[in-house]
Amino acid sequence: MPIHYYIILAATLFCIGVIGVLTRRNAIIVFMCVELMLNAVNLMLVAFSKLHYGTYLKNGAMGASGIDGQMFVFFIMVVAAAEVSVGLAIIVMMYRNVHSVDINFLNRLKN
Amino acid sequence: MNNLILLVPLLPFIGFLVNGLFRKSLSKTMTGVIGSGVILAAFAISIYLFLQVRSGGAIPTSVYFDFINIDKLNVQFAFQVDQLSSLFLLIITGIGFLIHLYSTAYMHEEKPEHFARYFAYLNLFVFSMLLLVMGANFVIMFIGWEGVGLCSYLLIGFWFKNTNYNYAAKKAFVMNRIGDLGFLLAIFWIIAKLGTSNYADVFASVKSFTPAELTGITMLLFVGAMGKSAQIPLYTWLPDAMAGPTPVSALIHAATMVTAGIYMIARSNIMYTIAPFTSHFVAIIGLATAIFAATIALKQNDIKKVLAYSTVSQLGYMFLGLGVGAYTGAVFHVMTHAFFKALLFLGAGSVIHAMHHEQDIRNMGGLKKYMPITHITFLLGCLAIAGVPPFSGFFSKDEILVGAYNENPLYYYIGLAGALMTAFYMFRLYALTFLGKFRGTHEQQHHLHESPSAITFPLIVLAILSVFGGLLGIPALFAENAHSLEKWLDPIFAGSHEYTTAHHLEHSTEWMMMGVSTLLIVVIIVFAWRSFSRKERFEENKGFGKVLENKWYVDELYDNIIVKPLNGLAGFFKDVFEKNIVDGAVNGVGRLVQYSSRQVRLLQNGQVGSYILVMVLSLIVIVLLFREQTVIVSALRKIF
Amino acid sequence: MIPVLLILIPLISGLISFFIKDVKAAKGWALLSSLVTFAISVAGIWIYNQPANLHYDAAWLPALGSRFTIGLDGMGQILCLLNAVAMPIIFVSTYRNMYQNPGAFYALMLLTQAGMMGVFLAYDCLLFYFFWELALIPAYFLCSQWGGEKRIAVTFKFFIYTFVGSLLMLIGILYLYYKTPDESFALKAFYNVVLTGNEQSFMFWLFFIAFAIKMPIFPFHTWQPDTYEQAPTAATMVLSGVMVKMGIFAVLRWLVPVFPAATEQFSQLIIILSIIGMLYASLIAIRQDDIKRLIAYSSIAHIGLMSAAIFAQEKTGLQGVMIQMFNHGINVIGLWIVADAIESKLGTRKFSQLGGLAQKAPVLAILFVVMALANVALPLTNAFVGEFLMFNGLFRYNIWMSAVAGISIILAAVYSLNMIQKIFFGETNALTEQATEARSNVQWMLAILAVVIIVLGVYPQPMLRLTEDTVNTILAAVK
Repeated sequence: MPIHYYIILAATLFCIGVIGVLTRRNAIIVFMCVELMLNAVNLMLVAFSKLHYGTYLKNGAMGASGIDGQMFVFFIMVVAAAEVSVGLAIIVMMYRNVHSVDINFLNRLKN
Repeated sequence: MNNLILLVPLLPFIGFLVNGLFRKSLSKTMTGVIGSGVILAAFAISIYLFLQVRSGGAIPTSVYFDFINIDKLNVQFAFQVDQLSSLFLLIITGIGFLIHLYSTAYMHEEKPEHFARYFAYLNLFVFSMLLLVMGANFVIMFIGWEGVGLCSYLLIGFWFKNTNYNYAAKKAFVMNRIGDLGFLLAIFWIIAKLGTSNYADVFASVKSFTPAELTGITMLLFVGAMGKSAQIPLYTWLPDAMAGPTPVSALIHAATMVTAGIYMIARSNIMYTIAPFTSHFVAIIGLATAIFAATIALKQNDIKKVLAYSTVSQLGYMFLGLGVGAYTGAVFHVMTHAFFKALLFLGAGSVIHAMHHEQDIRNMGGLKKYMPITHITFLLGCLAIAGVPPFSGFFSKDEILVGAYNENPLYYYIGLAGALMTAFYMFRLYALTFLGKFRGTHEQQHHLHESPSAITFPLIVLAILSVFGGLLGIPALFAENAHSLEKWLDPIFAGSHEYTTAHHLEHSTEWMMMGVSTLLIVVIIVFAWRSFSRKERFEENKGFGKVLENKWYVDELYDNIIVKPLNGLAGFFKDVFEKNIVDGAVNGVGRLVQYSSRQVRLLQNGQVGSYILVMVLSLIVIVLLFREQTVIVSALRKIF
Repeated sequence: MIPVLLILIPLISGLISFFIKDVKAAKGWALLSSLVTFAISVAGIWIYNQPANLHYDAAWLPALGSRFTIGLDGMGQILCLLNAVAMPIIFVSTYRNMYQNPGAFYALMLLTQAGMMGVFLAYDCLLFYFFWELALIPAYFLCSQWGGEKRIAVTFKFFIYTFVGSLLMLIGILYLYYKTPDESFALKAFYNVVLTGNEQSFMFWLFFIAFAIKMPIFPFHTWQPDTYEQAPTAATMVLSGVMVKMGIFAVLRWLVPVFPAATEQFSQLIIILSIIGMLYASLIAIRQDDIKRLIAYSSIAHIGLMSAAIFAQEKTGLQGVMIQMFNHGINVIGLWIVADAIESKLGTRKFSQLGGLAQKAPVLAILFVVMALANVALPLTNAFVGEFLMFNGLFRYNIWMSAVAGISIILAAVYSLNMIQKIFFGETNALTEQATEARSNVQWMLAILAVVIIVLGVYPQPMLRLTEDTVNTILAAVK
């Protein structure tokens, strides 16, 4: 499958994520949109990794060369998992305190 | 000889130090002895120096040390005793001594420490004046020049509790400073041209100056003289200087300070002779001052004020003499004026002393019988200043007026008018003070007495000098070669004589002038005597008389056109310009920073969404910029 | 060795002083240290003709090409002497003043002294900059910790002003550094740097603004009256007596010889600015009602003359500047001592509340009159020699400018005599009725200053000879 299919899909996902972050006020949806953007990046990394891996194999390279992208993906997934746990905990705390998950409500750092 | 010369100014300086430092522990007698003693010793040395000059001519310049010596500028601390300075030395120390002696009695009511302070100042005054006349270059003269200004400040404000006296003192100092600035610039000019200010070098190379430079230098020097010798327009400090104790007035007006300007011009006569523009200017200023001050003196009622304006007027005559090239006459008048003006001031002091510090002549009268010695000596002084032959003032004033006639007959007529006014106001003063009935309070009358001998002795000595002093300068009209002063001063003025063609008046003209002026003066004296000796009531002055009484409102004029605008400007700078504009600019920058930071802070609104929006937009912009960088760079190149 | 000691002694004794808690010990320690410094600086003048002993050179920051090069030339001698004389006089005359945390106060004073010594001694520009800042920082703390009511705001202003100047100068220094052939900060290398006309004028202003703020020259002066007014008087004495000379010194050492062409180009502008400043400050001084502010403005006027004389680039004028730096320091410290004596005794500095003190404190009055007359530059006081020479230099530059500048000597007489009159003459009032004679330490210090004033006024030649070489060097660099 040509690489630009992946690129278009990832870009679309990323833009959906960005727009979601910018427009939605619910913290959980914002959070999910952030995840969406991360996964869009993951998709890109995997796609390019696959592409480069193929090129390496053609040139007779051996072993694991060209799979750095896939390693990044694992890192990102781990970090995202950690982030989800911390982020969701914060949202839960926030809900307990102010009974709302509206992010526009969270402007106490102003001034 | 060097050490002996140094001793002349050093002695009064030692007197100053001793009286000043030990003023708390010295008794009044000791103070008086030290204060007068050092001047007497200086006088003795001065006589010796005078005799030396007489037998051997001018003593070579005595150099003590390098005051300032940089390659383009060399000022030595050096003294020069020649015919002119030795003559001034005698006047300063001689009359200075009499005034010191007089002061021991006059100031006796002061507390010991103030008494000592007074003598310390007086000694410092004499010291400064001696520096002024003995210096061998213009810088040393300037040191003495400013020194006498300082001493006049200290002495005029001697009674420092009185605020008005302090203002008078300050005025004297500041007005002198204005003149000093001119003098200073003249010195710079000379130094810039020659690298030295030694009289010998300057006068020898006077031809190397261009006429413009010479005019500039002499004019600036004359500005200095205007300040120190109280000429229009810088004369107003002198009448106010009467705030000081009376002997101080005598010292300022007779022996020291005001004669400094005449000394300076006489010293640099060669420069003035070849700068005709300045000479004319000096003559006109002198003549104007002579007349102007005389008119004011006509209507003054304070005994010291009359004498003060008469001093200003007499100084005007001296400048007239200098301006028309009658240098000997000017110096001669300095000398005779020193005699009779010291006499008159000390006589006035004697009267004031007896009247318990009453100075208004409308409250005096009839003092003749209470104070016989003061009366006689004062009368002699009045005759001398009025120019009645054969008293000293007659000869010196006549010499100046003859010189003026040679230059321009108009000067002579105006000068004669001034001389007539002099006779009038002096005899008005004399008649109101000594003749008629006593008009003061009973208490004053009760205490009237002749002054002690420490006061009358100087009066008698000065009276003798005022009567016979004129014999030093008998004009050629009476006897050939009898003008001993002219012969004495010839080496000083010889340089100038080369440039001027001496043209003598016909003897008959001169006789005529002398006869007419004497006749007129006598008439005026008789008139003044008759009108004021029985005067009982004094009306308010009206019209022109009031203008004269208020001194032509010159003080008010200066106040309104100089002092007040300057004060206003200073206030504007202080309260408006400095605060709002200079400091305002600085604070404005600070305020701008604060304001903009407050505005920029509004961007931090705490809305996470807006931050992200900005972030995304910025990213897009950066990407676009990066894509189009070549285009942008070339566009920027075009602009710069 | 002498220059090293001049920096090290105040530096080390200052650091030690931080740990002294006892008031008397702190005062004694500071006085002792300052006297030792004074003795060393006199020794430096004593051996003025042995240059080997007056210079020191060691590696400092080899990676940057900066060396610890210090040395004493004539100008340095005079200013180090001033710095060394000023401190003991300040310490003794303010001996009775009480400070919170005295150890720290005296420590900061000594550190300031060390910094100023370094400025006067440095022959390496980075070192110069280092000491320049080292002198300023303790001064900020002195003002902000021990000053008057508005001290924080005023110190802030002072800080911002001088800091802006310093940063501009730093930019200039770095630029020059990269222009030197072998990337060095040495004075000689800076003198030999080749710059284009535009570069010179740009760099000139970077340096000049820093120095002009320090001096200060109109219109960069407004920090000064405020700071002098609010700072504790001992610090004010240091600031106006010695620290403003840093600005003049820096102009003479680091500006004029480094940028001769730009100096030539802008000298007229700066002279005019200086003269405006002189007259402007003198006029403001006439209307002041506060002793400290009056002295501050009079100081601005005098500094203006010095700056004008520098940029006239005449030998006589520069000689005048040299000795006037010392003389002005001495005179202004004398004036501050009197101001402090009056303020600590009567609690006011307002002329309107004073008067008649001459009856109560005659000795103080006499000594103050001497100081004020020196401020007027009366002949036979030290300031006359300096001003005479400076006006002479200015006159050679331009007759009209010197005539206009000369008006300031008339105005100086007006405000100085005003000051004498309003403080000491006239009748006493309820407040001054209670005044007594100044304390003996104040009297002695003033008497010493008065003697110095008169001795230098009568016989200035040795000092002129001491600085002649420096003047020739500067002129050689300019021509």
